[in-house]
Amino acid sequence: MPKVKGRVTFQENLCKGCGLCVSVCPMKIISLDKEKINEKGYHPATVKEMDKCIGCTNCATMCPDVVITVERITE
Amino acid sequence: MAKILMKGNEAIGAAAIEAGCKYFFGYPITPQSELPEYMAREMPKINGVFLQAESEIAAINMVYGAAGAGARVMTSSSSPGISLKQEGISYIAGAELPCLIVNIMRGGPGLGSIQPSQTDYFQATRGGGNGDYRLVVLAPANVQELVDLIIEGFDIADQYRNPVMILGDGMIGQMMEPVEFKKPKKRELPEKDWATTGTKGKRKPNIINSLYLAAEELEEHNERLQKKYKAIKENEVKVESYNIEDADIVVAAYGTTSRIAKTAISQLEKEGYKVGLIRPISLWPFPYDEFNKINDKCKGVLTIEMNTGQMVDDVKIAVNGRFPVYFYGRTGGMVPTPNEIAEKVKESMEVKSNGCSI
Amino acid sequence: MAVVFEKTRGLTDEQTHYCPGCTHGIVHRLVAESLEELGVLDDTIGVAPVGCSVLAYKYFNCDMHEAAHGRAPAVATGIKRVHPDKFVFTYQGDGDLASIGTAEIVHAAHRGEKISTIFINNAIYGMTGGQMAPTTLVGQKATTAPYGRDEAHAGRPIRMAEMLATIHGAKFVERVAVNTPANVRKAKKAIKKCFETQINGEGFGIVEVLSTCPTNWGYTPEEALKWLEENMIPYYPLGNFRTPEEVE
Repeated sequence: MPKVKGRVTFQENLCKGCGLCVSVCPMKIISLDKEKINEKGYHPATVKEMDKCIGCTNCATMCPDVVITVERITE
Repeated sequence: MAKILMKGNEAIGAAAIEAGCKYFFGYPITPQSELPEYMAREMPKINGVFLQAESEIAAINMVYGAAGAGARVMTSSSSPGISLKQEGISYIAGAELPCLIVNIMRGGPGLGSIQPSQTDYFQATRGGGNGDYRLVVLAPANVQELVDLIIEGFDIADQYRNPVMILGDGMIGQMMEPVEFKKPKKRELPEKDWATTGTKGKRKPNIINSLYLAAEELEEHNERLQKKYKAIKENEVKVESYNIEDADIVVAAYGTTSRIAKTAISQLEKEGYKVGLIRPISLWPFPYDEFNKINDKCKGVLTIEMNTGQMVDDVKIAVNGRFPVYFYGRTGGMVPTPNEIAEKVKESMEVKSNGCSI
Repeated sequence: MAVVFEKTRGLTDEQTHYCPGCTHGIVHRLVAESLEELGVLDDTIGVAPVGCSVLAYKYFNCDMHEAAHGRAPAVATGIKRVHPDKFVFTYQGDGDLASIGTAEIVHAAHRGEKISTIFINNAIYGMTGGQMAPTTLVGQKATTAPYGRDEAHAGRPIRMAEMLATIHGAKFVERVAVNTPANVRKAKKAIKKCFETQINGEGFGIVEVLSTCPTNWGYTPEEALKWLEENMIPYYPLGNFRTPEEVE
C-alpha cells in the first residue's frame, strides 16, 4: 500500500485556539502552542511533527474558522 | 386615451400595472380586498407575480426581498394589516429600498370597524415602525388622483430609494369614477446597481441591510437618511388650496373628507361667507409653507378629519400661532356631512379671537 | 504535493465574529463550498437571519440580504419570485426559524417555494445570551430556564425537520450534525442534495444542522461536541426525512 504523507498549514493569526482540530487528529500531532499568542490573543494550533501527518483533512473539516490548508503526497 | 369607469381599489391595481409594477404580495382584508383580487386576475396576464402571503408580516417581507432584488413591487392592506407591516416597513426604509404600500384605512383602534376613516395619519406620517424614518405619504381625494399618485408614487420611490405610502380610506377604495392613465412627469431615475441580482462574478457582492452595529456608522446612516428626507421635503410637497388669500376662515382637510368640505364651502359661499381650503395631498412631506399664504385677516383654521384629531397637530405647527386652530372630527366610520361642516365653520367664525382653540 | 483542502471562494476574507469552537463556521464553509462546487455561487442571493448568524451577509461571497427576525423565508420568497433563475438560500438559527419565524418557514415549505434553507439547531438563543429556545432540551438550563426546561411549563422541544417533512411542498428534508469529521462530511452531502433540489426546480429544501454553542452551554468546544452527541442526537435523530423522489 502506498504511504500517504500530508502537510497542514495554519493561518496562525486567524486561529481562535478552540482546539477542535486537536481533538480530531488521528495522529495526535496537533497542539495549541502555549508559547505563542497570536494577533487575536489566542494560543494558535500548531503541528510539531509534520512528518507524521497523513493528510486526512479531519482538522480542516472541523476548523470553524477555515484557517487550515491541507496538502497530500502519495509516495 | 378615453376615460374608463373604475372602482378605486381596482384602479389602484390598473395604475400599478401601468407604472410597470409586476410584483404584488398581499393578504386579504376589508375594505381593500378588490385590489388583491384584481392583481390575482391581472398579474398572470403580464407575466407578473401575485402572491397571497400567509400574513401581512410575510407579505411586507416578500416586498422587502423583491425590492432588494430590484423589482417594482407593492403591497396593500387596511389599518390593522398595516400595523402588522410596520416591522417590514421600518426595515425597507432603513435599507433604503423603493416600494409602494397602499393603506385603505378603516376605523380603529384594534379590530375597529370596516368603515372608512382617517385614523392612521399619525402612523403613516410619524413612522409606525421603529426608528427615525419617513415614508412619502400621498393622500388622494378622487379616483383619478389615486391613479396619478400611484403611477408617480413608484417613480418617487425609485428616485429617492424610499417606500411610498398611498393613504386612502374605505370610501375612495369603493367609489367608482372615470379615470385615464397618464404618464407622470419625467424624472431621472437612478440605476438599481445596488440590487441583489447575483454577482455573475463581475462585481463585489451587493448587500441589502439595515444593521449598523457601530454607533458612528448608524449615526452617519441616519444623517444620510435625513439629508434625503430634506430633499424630499424640498421637492415633493403636493397641496391644493383655494381662496386662502381672501378667506375669513380656512378649512384644512385631506382625502375624501376634503371633498365633503368643498361641498360645504360652496354652500357657505352662497350664504355670503368667504371660506378657503388647504388640502394637503402629500401628508409627508406636509405642506407647512402653504399655511403662510393665508391672509392676515383670516379668523382661524378649521381642520376636519375622520378621526379625533391627528393632522390638526401638523396644522398647528404650520399656523404657528398666527390664527386659532379648530378641529372637527367624526370617528368609527361616521362620515361628516356638508351641513355639519358648514355649521362648524360658522361656529368657528363666531368664536372670539381670544376664544378657545384646541 | 496536491492541495486537498483549502478555503473556498464562496467565503469572503472577513473573519467571523463567532466564539471559538462555535460550529457556525463549519456550516458556513459547507454552504459556501457547496455553492462553489455546484457552480451557482455567482448567481446566488443569500438571506441572513437575526441571531448569532446575523452577520452572515459579511461572510458569504455572494449577494446577500439581511432579513428581520424569522422573516428570511418571506424575504427569500420575494427574491426568488423576482429572480426565478437565481439560487436563493436562507441561513437561520433556531430562535429565528423555530420560534418567531415558524409561520414563514412553514408557508414557504407549504408553497413549495424553490428556495433552500440551512437551519442551525443549537438548542439555545446564542446572540441574546443563552435564553431558552423552542429547541432547548428538557432539563437543559438556559438564562430564561434557570432550573432547566420544565416540560409541564414550556413543553417539549420542537422537532422542525419531522414537522416540515409532513408538508407536501417540502421536497428535501434532512437532519445532520457537525460533531465529528464523518458527520461534517455527511452534512456537506445533504446540503449539496438540498441545493440540487432547488437547482432542479423540484421545490423547497431544508437541512437542519445540529450545532454547538460552547459559550452559552458552558462547555469547552470539545466537550460541547460530546454534549451534542450524547444529548441532542438521541432527541433529534439524524437522517433524511424527505427526498424529491419520495414525494408523490
